Amino acid sequence: MTTVTETVPAASAPEPSKLEKFDIRADKARVTLGSRVASVIAIIIAVLWTIPTLGLLVTSFRPEADIKDSGWWTWFTNFNSTLSNYAEALTGSRYELSTYFVNSIVITLPAVIIPITLALLAAYAFAWIDFKGRNILFVAVFALQVVPIQVTLIPLLTKYVDWGIAGSFWTVWLSHSIFALPLAIFLLHNFMKEIPRELVEAARVDGAGHVKVFFQVLMPLLVPAIASFAIFQFLWVWNDLLVALTFAGGDQNVAPLTVRVAELAGTRGQAWYLLSAGAFISMIVPVIVFLSLQRFFVRGLLAGSVKG
Amino acid sequence: MDWLTQADTTSEKFILMIVAIALFVLVMGVILFIVDKIPRAPKWVLVLGFMGPALLGLAFGLVYPALNTVKSSFYDDGGKNFVGMDNYVTAFTENSFQQVLLNTIVWTLFVPILSTAVGLVYAVLVDRTRVEKFAKTLMFMPMAISMVGASIIWKFMYEYRAVIEGLAPDRQPAQIGLLNQVLIWLGFEPQQFLLTGPWNNLFLMIVMVWIQSGFAMTILSAAIKAIPDDTMEAARLDGAGGMRLFFSITMPSVRPALVVVLTTIAMSTLKVFDIVRTMTGGNFGTGVIANEFYTQSFKQANYGLGSALAVILFVFVVPLIIYNVFQMRKSEEMR
Repeated sequence: MTTVTETVPAASAPEPSKLEKFDIRADKARVTLGSRVASVIAIIIAVLWTIPTLGLLVTSFRPEADIKDSGWWTWFTNFNSTLSNYAEALTGSRYELSTYFVNSIVITLPAVIIPITLALLAAYAFAWIDFKGRNILFVAVFALQVVPIQVTLIPLLTKYVDWGIAGSFWTVWLSHSIFALPLAIFLLHNFMKEIPRELVEAARVDGAGHVKVFFQVLMPLLVPAIASFAIFQFLWVWNDLLVALTFAGGDQNVAPLTVRVAELAGTRGQAWYLLSAGAFISMIVPVIVFLSLQRFFVRGLLAGSVKG
Repeated sequence: MDWLTQADTTSEKFILMIVAIALFVLVMGVILFIVDKIPRAPKWVLVLGFMGPALLGLAFGLVYPALNTVKSSFYDDGGKNFVGMDNYVTAFTENSFQQVLLNTIVWTLFVPILSTAVGLVYAVLVDRTRVEKFAKTLMFMPMAISMVGASIIWKFMYEYRAVIEGLAPDRQPAQIGLLNQVLIWLGFEPQQFLLTGPWNNLFLMIVMVWIQSGFAMTILSAAIKAIPDDTMEAARLDGAGGMRLFFSITMPSVRPALVVVLTTIAMSTLKVFDIVRTMTGGNFGTGVIANEFYTQSFKQANYGLGSALAVILFVFVVPLIIYNVFQMRKSEEMR
């Protein structure tokens, strides 16, 4: 309305300018309105994505009796907290998640280090050693990403039983390492190809062998790429259920947290004081790794490292 | 040699872990040392030294088992008698398995579409705002946690307390699941979200959407940032509003990324196992192929049928991957 009253005295002004002015104002109003609606939608989505986790987190700090009697949202008015759920879940004789926590660490470290090393070496050969059949072999390795791990489980388990290593850490390490290889080789090969050819060739001319070139020229340059993939593999192994369930089974001395927590969800499905604490015990390490190394994670994601 | 396979205490486990890593480093070191020291080593020795271990692993852990599984899908459970297509016929004709196949197809359509839509809308809305980084972290945090963890988080959202007949509403046991409490606040009856079919499938899929949206958002956000400012500015000057901009500029520009995101999520959805197993165990009509495969193979010891289900999964994944690769090629060419 103000637009109209303001422009009335200036009747001599050319017509289009008035219209233009009005247009711009209207446009601005539309943009602010749009952005207000946009903000509301964005906030609603953000809340929807956060509330479920928040609910379980709050629950994990409430006394068992409170959890049964009232919803977690009443905690904000009736502030009553305890750490006993975590104590019970970690060290209570029947649940002892601390044992499984150790298992998770013991499973994860070799299952990250081994495949990355193997993949780096193979990727180097694919990228920088010229040999007959290289392209066909590379396509074959790449194509192996198609194989869903489900297809491999029964024969692998049979083999492990034959060798007498079934139910040991070795089976889990070996399986995770192999399953990671096709994607790892493909990605690291792509990163290696980006390194300028002159750099590698100069070192070769200076008389450095392939082993030396690999360790002294390429490795230092590949640290960010290795970090990206390491985070992926770490999250994948730590959070995996299927591989661990198949090869480690319910063995208390091998099975990782995910297996135990999933089992609790089945057998003690109503024991929320236990499940909530257990779930967060299993989540804390990947969340910390993820938050502190988010930068590398996003880079890896954009490079196409999505495990199927 | 018992200590190599049996580790019962924490220290034994860590020692075993260090031994394993050391052993690995040693073997690789020896291989590389030999390769390095052979004067004028023939090329095949070099290649074998670098990629031999990886190729051996792939042959043993992927190629051989995959072929073996394809073979056992044509045999009975003992693996002795050839049964032709029997296992596949069972998988495609029996009612319970048809339900499983149908569920899998619905999952593979619904989850990618919804996660991509949410991820795209959110990416557009938070783009270039002051809180962009924080807002994005909120959405892709679920990607860092395990599907088991996510399942427990949502199981608690869906938690149901039985309504006792003939008791006044205010004397009923408190609902501790947020969704049922919301239903009560709105004046509805609480629901058994995970037990009542076919809707329970939807509630399981929502968990996957919750996990995958962050992935879609990250990729699409990068694609949105790649749209040149000039294009956006020109459209804005031409009077295009938010909606117009979204449908005429943003959508067409991120189309290749959109396709990659959709197919990638579809592939992970096809193989979803953890969510179904943790939340319903595949009961109440919620089974999907990946879960049914596990049940048949390792619970029921139906190796033939289990293998057939794994092969079916394989066959479903292949066209998606091929399409995905072609799209990636295309979007790379466009850059």
